[in-house]
Amino acid sequence: MSSVAISPARQTMRRMAQNTSVMFGGFLVLLVVLMALLAPYLGTRDPSGISPKDRNQPPGYETTVRDRDTGQRVTVEYRLGSDTLGRDVYSRVVYGARISLIVGVSVATIAIVIGMVIGVLAGYVRWLDGIIMRVMDGLMAIPAILLAIAVVSLFSAGLLSVIIAIVVPEVPRVVRLVRSIVLSIREEPYVEAAITAGTRTPTLLVRHVLPNTIAPLIVQGTFIVASAIIVEAILSFLGIGIPPEIPTWGNIMAEGRSVFQLYPHNILYPGIILAITVLAVNMLGDGLRDTLDPRFAKRV
Amino acid sequence: MASYLLRRVIATIPVMLIVAIFIFLLLRLTPGDPATIIAGDYANAEQVAQIRESLGLDQPIATQFVIWLGNMFQGDFGESFFYKKEVSELIAARLEPTLSLSILTIILTVVIAVPLGTLAAYKQGSWIDRGIMGFSVLGFSLPVFVIGYALIYVFSVQLGWLPVQGYQRISEGVGGWLYRLILPSIALSVIFVAFIARMTRTSVLEVLGEDYVRTARAKGQTETRVLMRHALRNAAVPIVTVIGLSFAVLIGGVVVTESVFTIPGLGLLTVEAVLARDFPTIQAVILLFSFIYVLINLIIDVSYTLLDPRIRY
Repeated sequence: MSSVAISPARQTMRRMAQNTSVMFGGFLVLLVVLMALLAPYLGTRDPSGISPKDRNQPPGYETTVRDRDTGQRVTVEYRLGSDTLGRDVYSRVVYGARISLIVGVSVATIAIVIGMVIGVLAGYVRWLDGIIMRVMDGLMAIPAILLAIAVVSLFSAGLLSVIIAIVVPEVPRVVRLVRSIVLSIREEPYVEAAITAGTRTPTLLVRHVLPNTIAPLIVQGTFIVASAIIVEAILSFLGIGIPPEIPTWGNIMAEGRSVFQLYPHNILYPGIILAITVLAVNMLGDGLRDTLDPRFAKRV
Repeated sequence: MASYLLRRVIATIPVMLIVAIFIFLLLRLTPGDPATIIAGDYANAEQVAQIRESLGLDQPIATQFVIWLGNMFQGDFGESFFYKKEVSELIAARLEPTLSLSILTIILTVVIAVPLGTLAAYKQGSWIDRGIMGFSVLGFSLPVFVIGYALIYVFSVQLGWLPVQGYQRISEGVGGWLYRLILPSIALSVIFVAFIARMTRTSVLEVLGEDYVRTARAKGQTETRVLMRHALRNAAVPIVTVIGLSFAVLIGGVVVTESVFTIPGLGLLTVEAVLARDFPTIQAVILLFSFIYVLINLIIDVSYTLLDPRIRY
């Protein structure tokens, strides 16, 4: 240890840089993010472009087509094969990363914002606490996927309805976490001192309560991203999620189901990418939990 | 004990009530007229009016809820719009496959996860421990349908050992029943093995540091006996709690697994009902699953007294 005092933020950064889970998980997540952002430049074609004569081809299949504009012969390769409509599975998998990430990040952000507001209310307004927590207990008694299925059945299929459907079961978990933090912070001597000194509630919340929720919520948010990506894939796979014409990993697998025994590539490749992505996000979450807030790691 | 039991049972009532209100509102909050939605796209005005009347939609919403809840309590879940059958009949017909799959999965999970977790704790820090924990993180991240298809590909398509999909009723022979359930229950158990092995490891580790374990070793007991009698027995409460909590994930997993392996259970019924917008069936299935989940956790809470004589209410 150096004798020079280092700020807590730098200490945390240093712990994170030394943690293999954070670095390895973070690296893989970065790759998936880059894949989503750079999708058009990764040798992909129109992920929805169909080609009936090239349907159900194995990975590595090549075909020669005449370019519509120049009339020249060009070779088109299906790196990961083609699906039942002759669409390029590779392009669909690469573009599919976009939907997964959008769903994961939106769900985590919305669930945390809503959960934080309700959680602070429950932890602060005593008479509301009982009511809010009973409602949250009730929501948590409905298995998450079933709750998402129920919500999604209300709306027409689409990205927004899927996001809402996945947010609803996640909110009670955030509320519980925020409420427990608020309740424990209220007992801290420095908060009691601030109350005695006449600090008004809004100032108290912003200055003392909210900063304490940041680290646990980042960790929780990471796990929500992972679970949202899985639930989106499940909903799409079951045919009740995002409309089938939009390339998502779940949709690619759903379309591959009927021909799985003959052409397993439609399910195996998106499945592998999905598993790697979720694994990476979970590893990142595990690592963040250990490094971001050591007290939190012990509590969970 | 009796008074605790009573209090615990009463405490579940508000939870179930909230679940019921939520599921009830789910249909009523749908944009547009519920009767029109229930009637479907091809209904005429007369049919819509009839449905509106049968649902009591002209009554105040609180009255509607009481009527609906009363019907539910009597096992009257209404008629399925899609199957044109009583929902209770549908559920009864679909119960066996789901129960079989769930029970087999739990047995498989406990038989695999508890020894693995105990071993990892006993060999803490070794490559065995790291291997088991590595598998645990992986198991969390593998979606059940990916595992399912990977297993089908290897064991059914490539090796041809097991059937690709389908279900056979237990009354038609236990052999065929088990034969068809092996792959689905393995696929479904992976995530729970990951979850419960991790929890077992944590709680066994905690117990292994206790004085009585040191005493047991000091008086010369064999390591097996220390682990089985002293460590595992005392670590049982948190392990059983986690098994109870993971039922929520199990129910979600059942929906997906039944869909992958085309097992005609409640999970597949749920998916079919959502695709057909069959609201009475959706409501009934979700209410039933939530009720089972709450009930299981109630039973587990109460069973602590059996597992740990120190817990007295």
